Amino acid sequence: MVGYPESMTDPSYKGQILAFTYPLIGNYGVPSKTENFESDRIQVRGIVTGRMMDDHSHHEAHRSLEDWMKSEGITGISGVDTRELTKHLRSRGTMLGRIVSEEDLDSEFRVSDPNAIDLVGEVSIKGSCELGQGNSGPDVLVIDCGCKRGIVQELLRRGCRVHLTPYNVMPTDLGYDGVMISNGPGDPSLLKDTIEIVKGLLEADIPVAGICLGCQIMALAAGARTYKLKFGHRSQNQPCVEASSGQCAITSQNHGYAVDERSMPEGWSVWYRNLNDGTVEGIRKVGGNAFALQFHPEARPGPTDSLHFFDRFMEGMSDG
Amino acid sequence: MVETVLVLGSGGLMIGQAGEFDYSGSQALKALKEEGIRTILVNPNIATVQTTKDLADRLYLHSVDAETVERIIEAERPDGILLGFGGQTALNVGIELHDRGVLHKYGVQVLGTPIEAIKDTEDRKRFVDRLNEIGVRTARSWACTDLDSAIRASRDIGYPVMIRSAYALGGLGSGVAMDEEQLKALARNALANAPQILVEEYLKGWKEVEYEIVRDSRDNCITVCNMENLDPMGIHTGESIVVAPSQTLTDREYHLLRRIAIDIVRHLGIIGECNIQYALDPRSCDYRVIEINARLSRSSALASKATGYPLASVAARIAVGRTLDQIKNAVTGSTVAFFEPALDYVVVKVPRWDLDRFKLVKKNIGSQMMSVGEVMAIGRGFEEALQKALRMIGTGMHGLIFNRLVFPDLEEELSHPTPRRIFAIGESLMRGTDPERIRSLTDIDPWFLARLKNIVDTGAELKGAGALRPDLVLEAKRLGFSDFQIMRATGVPMDQVRAFRIREGIVPCIKQIDTLAAEYPAATNYLYMTYNGSANDVGPRAGAVVILGSGAYRIGSSVEFDWCCVNAAWTARGLGYRTIMINCNPETVSTDYDVCDRLYFEELTYERVMDIYDFESPEGIIVSMGGQVANNLAPRLHASGARILGTSPMDIDRAEDRNKFSSLLDGLGIDQPDWVEAKSIGEARSFAERVGYPVMIRPSYVLSGASMAVVFDPSTMESYLSRATEVDPASPVVVSKFIEDAKEIEFDGVARDGEILLYSIGEHVENAGVHSGDATVVIPPQRLYVETIRRLKEASRRIAASLKITGPFNIQFIAKENRLKVIECNLRSSRTFPFASKTLGKNMIELATKAMLGEKVERIEGTMLDLDRVGVKAAQFSYQRLKGADPTMGVAMASTGEVGCLGRDMESALLSALRAVGFRIRRRTALVSTGPELTKSAWLPVIRRLKERGYTLYATSGTARFMRANGIEAETLRWPLEKGPPNSLDYIREGRIGLVINIPKSNEEEEITNDYLIRRTAVDCSVPLLTNLKLAERLFEALEHRDMDSIPVCEFDEY
Repeated sequence: MVGYPESMTDPSYKGQILAFTYPLIGNYGVPSKTENFESDRIQVRGIVTGRMMDDHSHHEAHRSLEDWMKSEGITGISGVDTRELTKHLRSRGTMLGRIVSEEDLDSEFRVSDPNAIDLVGEVSIKGSCELGQGNSGPDVLVIDCGCKRGIVQELLRRGCRVHLTPYNVMPTDLGYDGVMISNGPGDPSLLKDTIEIVKGLLEADIPVAGICLGCQIMALAAGARTYKLKFGHRSQNQPCVEASSGQCAITSQNHGYAVDERSMPEGWSVWYRNLNDGTVEGIRKVGGNAFALQFHPEARPGPTDSLHFFDRFMEGMSDG
Repeated sequence: MVETVLVLGSGGLMIGQAGEFDYSGSQALKALKEEGIRTILVNPNIATVQTTKDLADRLYLHSVDAETVERIIEAERPDGILLGFGGQTALNVGIELHDRGVLHKYGVQVLGTPIEAIKDTEDRKRFVDRLNEIGVRTARSWACTDLDSAIRASRDIGYPVMIRSAYALGGLGSGVAMDEEQLKALARNALANAPQILVEEYLKGWKEVEYEIVRDSRDNCITVCNMENLDPMGIHTGESIVVAPSQTLTDREYHLLRRIAIDIVRHLGIIGECNIQYALDPRSCDYRVIEINARLSRSSALASKATGYPLASVAARIAVGRTLDQIKNAVTGSTVAFFEPALDYVVVKVPRWDLDRFKLVKKNIGSQMMSVGEVMAIGRGFEEALQKALRMIGTGMHGLIFNRLVFPDLEEELSHPTPRRIFAIGESLMRGTDPERIRSLTDIDPWFLARLKNIVDTGAELKGAGALRPDLVLEAKRLGFSDFQIMRATGVPMDQVRAFRIREGIVPCIKQIDTLAAEYPAATNYLYMTYNGSANDVGPRAGAVVILGSGAYRIGSSVEFDWCCVNAAWTARGLGYRTIMINCNPETVSTDYDVCDRLYFEELTYERVMDIYDFESPEGIIVSMGGQVANNLAPRLHASGARILGTSPMDIDRAEDRNKFSSLLDGLGIDQPDWVEAKSIGEARSFAERVGYPVMIRPSYVLSGASMAVVFDPSTMESYLSRATEVDPASPVVVSKFIEDAKEIEFDGVARDGEILLYSIGEHVENAGVHSGDATVVIPPQRLYVETIRRLKEASRRIAASLKITGPFNIQFIAKENRLKVIECNLRSSRTFPFASKTLGKNMIELATKAMLGEKVERIEGTMLDLDRVGVKAAQFSYQRLKGADPTMGVAMASTGEVGCLGRDMESALLSALRAVGFRIRRRTALVSTGPELTKSAWLPVIRRLKERGYTLYATSGTARFMRANGIEAETLRWPLEKGPPNSLDYIREGRIGLVINIPKSNEEEEITNDYLIRRTAVDCSVPLLTNLKLAERLFEALEHRDMDSIPVCEFDEY
């Protein structure tokens, strides 16, 4: 219903065609200020909508959704019964697709598989970079697998100095107060280098946190397995429950893979579970300073119920 | 652990507190039953579903006031009490019971949101302080208890300011003051009704947004829905067109307000359901919290129906200790209640007003609620949902455009909104007004105006095309145009439009409301139709019975017909039929997910019902439960080959068509008042001269006496006819002889193949001339001659046989000196069916439904006069909310609801019922003005009684003289328009008068008279008002024997 600029710029959607279940998309246009975006550009390959609204209205709007997509060369299709499409995807699972114009209908229908390319390599930062130099808080290393801007902003807001590093580069010194493994697109088990890096970090016993893909990488580094969900979780209303307290939260999610609970090694426990299908939504090291969430505590788009995740990370760093 | 819970209902339906509380109370009772808890319900509203046997374990048809509820608590000793399911009434009574120590004394625990949290939301100062504690912004506001402080506050804030009263439902007594003079008028009025008023910063043009929040005792919190008002701040949310979800908010704004909502409910400690209203600045992200309702509300009913999330049921379970993750999502059957619904459709709510029914009422809509009902439409586009909703309200509109409305001054309509504003915007756009100009006059967000313009542009294109073009017709249907509108645009007859589009494959899709936008499979039966789709979610299932609901609540058709629909559905289901309900009113129980096998939340129009009929191929349609709205569809559905269950549509037509019915009565030798269908004023006048005045006039199409009138002389007739209605051969008026001093009697019956199976006779307390919906009705009759009753039964038997009735019917008679005349006959259930069924202890709808479905049913022999109890139905009026309206009773219905109470005798039932509609004489002083000489003498015995009972009497000059001449002492007060003390109005305003008796000189005066001012001031100051002699006689007879405070309070089965 809301949040199309955020979703479309989320690097985790890299290479995907995003279909919106809410039929009207574009109502409030697109803002000029890119800090509302989760990255510098539109990451999705294309979008499917019931109706693309061209006459938008909002005081922050800079242009229409269509103009924005045109300027970035992104394809969209409108006039689709997206409920019917959702039902199709729900029963067959996420699938390859292509948006074709009527003239091209006769030509051979080919689709490219985004999973065949190194998606994380495309969205990860190319060289290291530092943000919030003026801050006086802890130094946080963010392993960028396609990090949403919202995650970095939550850290900066809490006074951190943020050091972004590419997903496949072993940090040369481990003098950071904490490490955050970011979200990102695709199958986590393909990211061998990152898994190795995280293994090392876990052994070094500095505070490590992970979000989404970062959660799966942490699980793999700890020795657990991940698998592809038949129906990925892609919405802003996913109910989760904290296993120990029974406290529930509404979460924003975007993932097609999940941690296999049966494969969780000793010394690790399930932190959160999904209330709908019972899948793992968070893990933590028992008695240790490593934990991760499968959902997006930074929201954007979505509910902000779980922002305390970042506070917890901060506490972990100050304890250390 | 609680075992027995007392649930407070909301009483008679009134503006600001209507059928939505039948929905919430019924859901709560069902949920508690499933939780194994014993329930006790207090609600005098006999027409509701919640007062149906077995929904609650114990039922008290009694007034919801602190004294009465205390007596019930004393008798029943419940462990807990629910205050959140009976509107503002229940909440206020709960606070009073707490403050007086009653709950503590009997050890009754308040379940759900604690009293202190309720007070935080109700008391303005506490509200602001508590929200300040967590840095949440509220509108700048001063709580004032007198006029001077209100003036000081306004000067401080700066005009314009907003006036609201604390502890009031639906914004009663609120308004915008542009200057000090307006402030004084508003504040004085508001202070008369409430101890505290609020003077607030006026947030003109800000967006108005609402959230519905649920929190359980373990601090789990969700927001079920947000909604945005099309009409910005300044127009009460109950008066606004509302859309769900919000359309013009960004992710940041949506979640900012969501976050604040959750912070607030956590801070206040709400447990259960809560509604928060915000103002949001359209030029920045600034916001204000306007109001919090710590209870189920009209908005929560809407949110519940808009999302499929059963808010009331969940709130009830939370109140008894369950947590959200323990409660099942009843829609999916597999997930839990801790989730936030995702909508893949657009919901639009439009209010229904009936202001035209009231004399002298202010027609502008604003910060005080005046609408009497609402509808909800669902589509996959805003245009589609809006146009559907505009048809659903049932005021003869066909959508946004192509209505035959005349606007003398469009700009005036836009800047000073009336119920017609949305149509005025459509008209302005048709005439080419720049949307920017409309925005500056209305402050409506450009996004909405662009949608309206889209409708208008497509309408123009349709008109310009000259013929039907498939692409254009499809586009029009996607924007919600009806076949009728397409006919108006193109000139192609409607049947041809329908045939054309079906041939072209332009038919609507059927979609489910599943709470999660198809992300998981859901076994939901909740459906709507849209042209913005390419496939159906469900397939037809043959063998079903379709029941047509009653549509928007309006004056003359409300919760009683919902009771009939629900009972018909239950009965059909119990017999093994699959049931399909079609209705569009979010305030109903019939649109609850568990009442029928399939619910189409859809238009009650010929077009849409046929769409559903064509798709489902059901066994048949029941049209006789949803009141006149459903009944009116019968002939056209029948003509298109749909099977109507029960009485044949040909016979329905014989009863509905005045000429045919009249000759039928003549043939049966049954009398009726003389009448004529007059095609000119001259014709009307010569008829009246022939039969003699008074005569009753009504337009040929009548719904609950809309613009009906009784006139006593030629000059009133002429002024009425020239003012109220057009008279020409195309729209004749019916003029009939009005018989004075006659009794009016209701005959409700159920028949099969013309044989009456069960009947009820209701006697009106007031003489004929008071609309049956406004009249006080007694079952069984107490003062009818045995001979009258016998004749009544005989006439009804003959009519039923002649019309071969199968199903419910209602005949209205008048009787004078044992002579009977038939004044109306409806071959459908009537307003009195639930009252009659519950009083008799026989479910007339169950029997009628069985008869219509061809089940074996036996005739039930005369139970009427063996009855050990008496039931009295009293009308609930909403005059306090209808600014300026003249509170008199007449042939046009004006009440918004009713109550029905039982007693072992007439007196206690009558007093119970009057108490339940809020009639309380708080001091023994009466102001009397009794009209012309003749009525003065008629009133004399009543006034003498008052004197004997120790009343201090005040009277206006003529009446005082008359009283003195008859040996009754009275102090003379000046008429309102006379100068100088002692003035009658001052006495009322100062609280020195406990009862006002005022007799209207004529029913049709429409000017500011002395009498009008007295009546109006009595209403504005909450002083009981009597305008009818018969009711007054019965009331004071009853008071001879019983005190209003010592009426026996018994459980339903104890009578």
